[in-house]
Amino acid sequence: MNPVNWILALPAAGFLAVLLWPGRAETARALALAVSLVVFVLSLGLIPGVWGAGASWSHVTDLPWIESPAIRYHVAVDGLSLWLVLLTTLLTPICVLISWRYIDRRVKEFYALLLLLETGLVGVFVALDLFLFYVFWEVSLVPMYFLIGVWGHERRIYAAVKFFLFTMAGSVLMLGGIIYLYNRSGTFDYSILLEQINSGALMLTPLEQRLLFLAFFISFAIKVPLFPLHTWLPDAHVEAPSAGSVMLASVMLKMGTYGLVRYSLPLFPNAARQSADWIVTLAIIGIIYGALVSMVQPNMKKLVAYSSVSHLGFVVLGIFTFTQLGLDGAVYQMLNHGVSTGALFILVGYLYERRHSLETAAYGGIATPAPWLATVFLITSLASVGLPMLNNFVGEFLVLQGAAQVNFRWTVLAATGVVLSACYMLWLYQKAFLGATPEPVREHVYDLRPREWAGILPLIVLMVWMGTLTRTFFPPISAASAQILEQTKVNAEFLVSRPAAPPLVAGVMPDAR
Amino acid sequence: MPASYIPPWEDLLRVLPEIVLTVGGTIAMVLEPLLRPEKKRRLGWLALAALLVALWATAVAHVFAGPAFRAMIIVDGFATFFRALVIVVGALAVLCSLNYLERERADSGEYYALVLFSVVGQCLMAASNELIMIFIGLEISSISTYVLAGYLRDDVRNNESAIKYFLLGSFATAFLLYGIAWIYGLTGSTDLSEIRRVLANPELAPAGALVGVSAALMFVGFAFKVSAAPFQIWTPDVYQGAPAPVTAFMSAGPKAAAFAIFLRVYMTAFEPVASRWEPVVWLSALATMLVGNFAALVQNNLKRLLAYSSIAHAGYVMVAVTAHSEIGTAAAMFYLVAYAFMNVGAFAVVTHFARERERYVNVDDLAGLAQRQPVTAALFALFLLSLIGIPLTGGFFGKFYIFKAALEANLYWLTGIGLLNSALAAYYYLRIIVVMYFHEPGEAAATLAPPAPALKVALWSSAVATLVLGVFPSLVLDFAGKSATLAR
Repeated sequence: MNPVNWILALPAAGFLAVLLWPGRAETARALALAVSLVVFVLSLGLIPGVWGAGASWSHVTDLPWIESPAIRYHVAVDGLSLWLVLLTTLLTPICVLISWRYIDRRVKEFYALLLLLETGLVGVFVALDLFLFYVFWEVSLVPMYFLIGVWGHERRIYAAVKFFLFTMAGSVLMLGGIIYLYNRSGTFDYSILLEQINSGALMLTPLEQRLLFLAFFISFAIKVPLFPLHTWLPDAHVEAPSAGSVMLASVMLKMGTYGLVRYSLPLFPNAARQSADWIVTLAIIGIIYGALVSMVQPNMKKLVAYSSVSHLGFVVLGIFTFTQLGLDGAVYQMLNHGVSTGALFILVGYLYERRHSLETAAYGGIATPAPWLATVFLITSLASVGLPMLNNFVGEFLVLQGAAQVNFRWTVLAATGVVLSACYMLWLYQKAFLGATPEPVREHVYDLRPREWAGILPLIVLMVWMGTLTRTFFPPISAASAQILEQTKVNAEFLVSRPAAPPLVAGVMPDAR
Repeated sequence: MPASYIPPWEDLLRVLPEIVLTVGGTIAMVLEPLLRPEKKRRLGWLALAALLVALWATAVAHVFAGPAFRAMIIVDGFATFFRALVIVVGALAVLCSLNYLERERADSGEYYALVLFSVVGQCLMAASNELIMIFIGLEISSISTYVLAGYLRDDVRNNESAIKYFLLGSFATAFLLYGIAWIYGLTGSTDLSEIRRVLANPELAPAGALVGVSAALMFVGFAFKVSAAPFQIWTPDVYQGAPAPVTAFMSAGPKAAAFAIFLRVYMTAFEPVASRWEPVVWLSALATMLVGNFAALVQNNLKRLLAYSSIAHAGYVMVAVTAHSEIGTAAAMFYLVAYAFMNVGAFAVVTHFARERERYVNVDDLAGLAQRQPVTAALFALFLLSLIGIPLTGGFFGKFYIFKAALEANLYWLTGIGLLNSALAAYYYLRIIVVMYFHEPGEAAATLAPPAPALKVALWSSAVATLVLGVFPSLVLDFAGKSATLAR
């Protein structure tokens, strides 16, 4: 049977099992770990199929769910979703591990919700029916809301409600868009929609396209989050428990960028191309703004949160360059950010478990009592900064190169973000890990324990791997993004509502875009 | 109709549910003085049995679908759908009431008889195809509900609730009656199909403005009954004051039946003049959603909050009415079913939590319920998520179908505002979840006894129905879609 279905069903079954299993906290943890590990192993089985399939879908299941309106359970994997699914299934067991000691009350509910979240997130990446996609999109909201609200820090309730309402406000607009699209095309199915667009059976007027694009875009942009819709993110990240922050930053934000690549570009190609300028402007503002705010954050989690705004700006920039390099880089950068920011949140969580503070000022000279912790943190910081041979470098480089093909100014501006990221990460490292060790730090901060190693090591390995052996990851990504790029050229001749092109001067071509 | 008119036996079968319920209610009244106080509870089981038999009778009546009593009654899919719905709501309300009445020492056959009679009225409303029948059904249902709202007669709020409901309700039905008189004067008939025939015929049709007056007068009556703006003002006071299980009943059963006649009258008799009434209903739908949601944001009393939420939900159904298409009708029907289950479920939790004399009915009283009674809290959370409209619950599909119908009818603004409204509504439902899950247990949650078996049945069946509607909506939607074509 199709492993995708198992990857969706097992965590959901695990959710019920953990919740209903009589027994103590240990059983819940062990059960959650077992389920999430099995799911991870199963998800590894997706790789050969996707490699073999090239740009087409693999592991397809297409079953009718609701007769009228025709809603189908249509799931499949391609190069775009493959690695995001794997990221989700890898991070779930890691989140179980890092919460092992930290979560000490209402343990069962915590792990149950974590598993439910996994189903929701994987579902978002594999759904090929717009309705099904929306269902998973919303369903993943609920467990995260509870994770923040029950197990978070002081201002958790404010953060949880803000998170929920922001996402909800965006997604109802998307729901409107999905329904409108259905009424126009008679289908929710993604591949059929694409066929209709390609064959010209579904022709959206420029106004329709622009409005639909906006309805989807706002929903995705809130999730990414794109400046200026990012204000929920620092709250949610700071207040969430470690595992919540990890899932939120590493996977949930990718729902937005994934949505942009998967739905916004191919379904509304003209509107997407027309909007590229202002979206890229917002992305670049986000890159610089996020980095600048990070530089002045006294709170470590908030610093990492704002750095996410900056990093995700790169992803959006890459997507809206409409170049192969930019899109490849954007997709790769989604994974890189998932790995390195996830690792940063895990490490900050480790520090919090020791010292019970998120303020940078509460630390100093950690490298003395905990050298391994310091080393691991350094590698992660450098990865996040974009040091060559580590993962982020590859993605950022590709994005910048893609941007340069379109408009060199974009590259220059965005590259300042890389410089700034070095500032805030290295300053953070310097303040917290180097220098004199104050007494409380010496007393409380111990080095990594085996369970903690198990949580962080896979990510460190991935950082190096993704930074060096990019061939492992790129072929399916490129195949998928090339196809999506091709799709965005469909009915590009439709670009009528732009101001009339200036008369061609002999030999001077207008801007290639 | 000659004095010696003897209805054929099929006609009697077509009103079998009403007959069963009336007989059940009458038996309850007769037995009431014969039973010792501690045995009165048995009358509740009798009422439940009568409702279940009536549900079966609804199916029987549907087998013999067709007009009865010279087309005053019509048994079609639409009628069966709403009959089944109001009967199920009645059964859930009885299940919620059993322990409540015991707790308040007010167990008596009267109460159950009134519930049964109210359901009789609602069933008649669902199946009537003639304005006088509609009026009679509405009155039977309303008068029983007025009495139920003030059932605990020593309670001040109960009295306030009943008197408000009664005075305003009678006033509103007077408008309805006046509208009926107008249309009778204009068309010479009270039969919906006949009215439609006259209005659709350009040679016979009376002046549009006069028909508009009639439609407007009837709209006042219907809008009051479904608590649509601007005739919703009674709702919070009445819902807050009435006994909790009665509120559960009122907010689902009579409202669904009122929407049934609203839909039937406007989709058949007044369908030819749709362009005249559509803007009015559009405006009312918009106002209802906004008033309900914005007022609910600042409520602290659970019953009042749910009352405003029920206004908001009436607004969503009004959106479907504005679409005035068969898909819209089907969407409204589906929504009313989903709404009935999630709302009765939510009120069942309130009934359980409130304790004697309804001491604990504030949102903050729920603090920490999730830690004391995780199952009750989880069920309540499920109902609230469904009210928000999270996928895999009935509430979501309800909203989905309604807005789909609205978009098909090109109601873009109404859809957009409605969707944003449902995001806004998330705030006040989430507040309840926040208190239940994120706060430390307070005194009220700590002293809560586990729910009694009857209430458990009500809670679980509502929860299962909410989930089933969310995962397999076709079960209900297909029937709704087939029944949405009204007899003309």
